[in-house]
Amino acid sequence: MFSKVNNNIEERIVKAILFILALTSVVALGLIGFFVFREGLPFMIDYGIGNFIFGREWAPLQQIYGIFPMIVGTVYVTILALIIGAPIGVAVAIFLSKIAPPKVARAIKPMIELLAGIPSVVYGLFGMIVIRALIRELSHGPLSDYLPANYQTGYSVLAGSIILAIMILPTIITLSADAINSVPSEYYEASVGLGASKWQSIYTVIVPAAKSGIVSSIILGMGRALGETMAIIMVAGNTVAIPELGWKGIFSPVRTLTGNVALEMGYAGPEHRQALFATGIILFIFIIILNSVTLAVVKKKED
Amino acid sequence: MSKVKRNQWIAFGLLSLATAFTIVILLAILFYVMSQGLEMISWEFLTENPRNMGAEGGIYPAILGTIYLVGMTLLIATPIGVGTAIYLNEYTREGPFKRTIRFTTEALAGIPSIVFGLFGFVFFVILLEPYTGGWSILSGSLTGVIMILPVIIRASEEALRNVPNALREGSLALGTTRWYTIKKTVLPVAFPGILSSIILSIGRVVGETAAFLLTLGGSLLLPRTIFDGSRTLSLHLYMVAMETGNMDMALGTGAVLIILVLIINFTAGFLFKRLVKRFS
Amino acid sequence: MDKQINKTKIAVNQLSFFYGEKQALHEISIDIPEREVFALIGPSGCGKSTFLRTLNRLNDLIHKTKVIGTIEIDGQDIYNSDIDVVQLRTAVGMVFQKPNPFPSSIFDNVAYGPRAHGIKDKKELNKIVEKSLRQAALWDEVKDRLNEPGTSLSGGQQQRLCIARVMAVEPGIILMDEPTSALDPLATTKIEDLINELRKNYTIVIVTHNMEQAARVSDKTAFFLDGEVVEVGPTDELFTNPEKQETEDYITGKFG
Ligand SMILES: Nc1ncnc2c1ncn2[C@@H]1O[C@H](COP(=O)(O)OP(=O)(O)O)[C@@H](O)[C@H]1O
Ligand SMILES: [Mg+2]
Repeated sequence: MFSKVNNNIEERIVKAILFILALTSVVALGLIGFFVFREGLPFMIDYGIGNFIFGREWAPLQQIYGIFPMIVGTVYVTILALIIGAPIGVAVAIFLSKIAPPKVARAIKPMIELLAGIPSVVYGLFGMIVIRALIRELSHGPLSDYLPANYQTGYSVLAGSIILAIMILPTIITLSADAINSVPSEYYEASVGLGASKWQSIYTVIVPAAKSGIVSSIILGMGRALGETMAIIMVAGNTVAIPELGWKGIFSPVRTLTGNVALEMGYAGPEHRQALFATGIILFIFIIILNSVTLAVVKKKED
Repeated sequence: MSKVKRNQWIAFGLLSLATAFTIVILLAILFYVMSQGLEMISWEFLTENPRNMGAEGGIYPAILGTIYLVGMTLLIATPIGVGTAIYLNEYTREGPFKRTIRFTTEALAGIPSIVFGLFGFVFFVILLEPYTGGWSILSGSLTGVIMILPVIIRASEEALRNVPNALREGSLALGTTRWYTIKKTVLPVAFPGILSSIILSIGRVVGETAAFLLTLGGSLLLPRTIFDGSRTLSLHLYMVAMETGNMDMALGTGAVLIILVLIINFTAGFLFKRLVKRFS
Repeated sequence: MDKQINKTKIAVNQLSFFYGEKQALHEISIDIPEREVFALIGPSGCGKSTFLRTLNRLNDLIHKTKVIGTIEIDGQDIYNSDIDVVQLRTAVGMVFQKPNPFPSSIFDNVAYGPRAHGIKDKKELNKIVEKSLRQAALWDEVKDRLNEPGTSLSGGQQQRLCIARVMAVEPGIILMDEPTSALDPLATTKIEDLINELRKNYTIVIVTHNMEQAARVSDKTAFFLDGEVVEVGPTDELFTNPEKQETEDYITGKFG
């Protein structure tokens, strides 16, 4: 009476199809890793990993492929972007989750989402026209006596960092706010109940409790900054050169790893192309390191 | 005023300032691009072909390219993404397979888009050229699919998780198969959530440039089939700004992009609100 | 009560049930006769729902559960590997503690099962829906608004809709897990009247925490405690003259 009948066949077929669909993303990730490494790794080994990473000259026409300036450029721009963006992002997160009246917070949230949704080329365009011009006012104006001519165009580390700082704000704000909101409100109430001021309670109870979430939001923002391509190409000048040490460096034009790939892929010959894939591998490794750090932070919290 | 009070006053002042600053930046970007760009927008701008590498004329091919690319990408990514989410949430239990997929989606979400571009370039544009037409809408879409899969999978899974278990049990207890239960009860209830994830991923495709720079080819001609090269609005904006230096044209394109993004965010937000209402 | 002996519909033999490591049922043996109302009583957490859900294998949906022993329905072991759970659940309907109508119209709620089993003909569906709603004593209240959402009904109506939904697939057995615990007294009375009506054609197993309800509607009662059956017997005997001390303590309200 309840014995198995053939309508189970449909069920099995559906399940098999869904299983295959679920495998797609695994296969895609595997293919991405495989092809990027297959294109880039042999070249990197032939050329010498040390020469490639620490070489200071990039001249594809002469078969010279050193990406050290791009690594420096990437790190420089990313760190400066974090120095500008992280404090602002965390501040906004605290404001929205603990200080602003709920109505205000609800009104601001969609704006943050909108900020996240604006295409990076629009940021790039705004940076190219407005921010670059403002920086140029400075570097070509009062500071022109101190800066070399190619540091006076406005296309610079600083322009890139400012744009990236704006672009990573939504990530840092949203995730930090989540971390802060997930701190049990009893902690806060207990602290206020003991006579601490609102701010003291936020500063000494809430923020430390949300620390790992805030740190991982900043690391995720860093990942976004590291991987950003278009906006940075549009404002950073893209010269392959290591910026001067000291304050002048922030007015120097730079090229990032991502920028290097995007700018040259279109017309690269075979070996040059492999060098660009190798650049992609370095970028990959940066991201993997960052993700491991995030994982470590999250894990530490769970323990 | 006591020291404690004063400190609090200063701290709150700074936090408010940071928030105000963030909003001002957002409004400045919107206002600048819109006020400059809207002047450019006219019927001709939207419906004519570009002239002189895009320095003059309209942006019609880029609009069409965007529509084709978004359409193709969603057409392929939706069944894969939603199917994956269904498999994960309805057919498997916590275990190695689920963990693998979760790791994969997280890893995919963290890969910089230029790396997707590199992959799309060797794999779809070069290796599979006989099937994809090389630089083409198809190559771009397939690359885009991989980029938005994590978004669709995660959000659909969330939507499915929110479907009350009582409905599944109610349906299965009537002697229906799992798939019937999913088709007739689970998916309809999860639909608004899934739809809003799909709409958000439209935003991702519309806003993406780096990956398409290496896979679409940037042709200014009107695409006729998915095997033709093309460019999206974002790509067009980039190429016009960097190659022709005509900032007005770039700003006009930027304004169109912002309007698109506003529409997308508004629609997704609206759906999300409906979803929340349904479960409260 | 005259003792007309009905033949056994469900035979449970040495049934143990585990949620992971945790054993929720201990070697339960009960015979449930055909066309009678069989009540399960006992303090909350004693395994009544777990037991009920083994009868239509709904517990299969829960991760890492294990069943030992046998349950035979009409002589067939339902945990045998060649059993089709879909067929089983067609024959063993279930009404849940909290009404769970689907988010669709009243009509579609009732037609859900028949459609799943391949009935497409509109006329036939109309007939089934009307018949089921009448059986569930809901027809007169909803016949003019069959296209309204099932969720727009009151709690008691929703529960009767869920009963109609079960009737529509014509099961021989209906499992009810505290079907009135979320309802007001008036709605409860209606459901109890309905159960009295249904006993003519169906075998009903009902979990209830309400002893008066068990006394009012059931022919036989089993008293559960900590995953074991302490006592089974005709309802009036169990309530008036329990054999075990625990049973007496429970029905006199000493614990639970
Ligand atoms: N899904 C589950 N996973 C683990 N333990 C469960 C689950 N459902 C019920 N239990 C446990 O099994 C025991 C019996 O529960 P249940 O059958 O719901 O009791 P009752 O219906 O009599 O109140 C309880 O101790 C309960 O905590
Ligand atoms: Mg129960």
